[in-house]
Amino acid sequence: METFRVQGKATGRAPGERPYALVGVNASGDLEVLVERVLPDGECAVEVATQVVGFRDVWQAVIEDFFDRAPVGGLRFSINDGGARPNTVSLRLMQASRSIEVEP
Amino acid sequence: MNDMPSHDLDWYEASARQRVNGLLDADSFVEFIGPTERAVSPHLAQFGLTGAFDDGLIAGRGRLAGQAVFVAAQEGRFLGGAFGEVHGAKLVGLLRAAREGAGRGGPKAVLLLLDTGGVRLQEANAGELAISEAIHAIIEARMAGVAVVALIGGRAGAFGGGGIVTACCSRIAISRHGRTSVSGPEVIETNKGVEEFDSKDRALVWRITGGRTRALLGGADLYVEGHVGGFRQAALSLIGNPPTFSLETLAAEQKRLADRLERFGDCRDAPEIWRKAGLPDPDRISEIEDATFLAIPQLQAVRHDAR
Repeated sequence: METFRVQGKATGRAPGERPYALVGVNASGDLEVLVERVLPDGECAVEVATQVVGFRDVWQAVIEDFFDRAPVGGLRFSINDGGARPNTVSLRLMQASRSIEVEP
Repeated sequence: MNDMPSHDLDWYEASARQRVNGLLDADSFVEFIGPTERAVSPHLAQFGLTGAFDDGLIAGRGRLAGQAVFVAAQEGRFLGGAFGEVHGAKLVGLLRAAREGAGRGGPKAVLLLLDTGGVRLQEANAGELAISEAIHAIIEARMAGVAVVALIGGRAGAFGGGGIVTACCSRIAISRHGRTSVSGPEVIETNKGVEEFDSKDRALVWRITGGRTRALLGGADLYVEGHVGGFRQAALSLIGNPPTFSLETLAAEQKRLADRLERFGDCRDAPEIWRKAGLPDPDRISEIEDATFLAIPQLQAVRHDAR
């Protein structure tokens, strides 16, 4: 298992009022993402716990790309990963940021 | 999207959270010890495993057609929905709270959305204890007049201790994809050989442990079509009039099971039972459409009013 945190800057507060959302499942080839509105508006972060060791640079690239594409100001994402591929990680992160924005 | 509840969602494919949201009245679910509290397993990290923020069990309260209920749902894709220490403690706490609330404005029913292979191997002692405590708590809740209803239709089925928990409930609803038993097919094959049970024969596995066989033989009370709306209707119809938990109930159940064993105990496969019982087209029971299956009357000889 490997754990690390990727920190980012954001230009403004992420839209919506929901305090948190949870998407995905920590299953083989999938991951769960818990997103919480707990950081200052100009910050964002992803905390990763993954079963697969040695791919930190790939995670870093996927997460930084996500920070560029989604409104994430004030959001902390926490991941429990069961060995998801990068495209699945990207989709789950987008789904999480959308889920905290809109009511289910 | 994970967060969009729908009555049309397939129960087997849906996550535990999707099942809970679609089962209950819209926006009525309030989670106890939710994921932001991070009540995670203290044991998995030493095996190099990442946990789940809810430890694979979602517990809370909500409404079912306006009636207050408690609900617990296992996520069958996380470690096979298996019971661990925190996972089990959340379930046991929920059941005990339901018993405490009986007659004092508490929920009239607890819905158990079981989806489990049994005990989590990485925390087996805690898991076994959790299952025995859950069984105890189910019996006490039932004695206090609370209906405990099992809904079975997930990927992992309800096996091992989860099968025993299921059988202790007031009522059981199951879908075609649902399976329940105590020892799973792989366990039986490992211990008694392939001639006893070929666990790789998926059709055989479903003929023996699957929802249709369980419903026909009285191992489940209701057969439901496998979408979320079907389970919602089943839960509604089963919470109304739970059987009392008494010595008479247990004696009647014992007699039902003894009669069933007497009549069908020498059968080697489900179609043999259906043939003996005079069901139409016994070899195709597992293949026909749900609507056709639902038109078959329950076997008269084993129709049960026990549990």
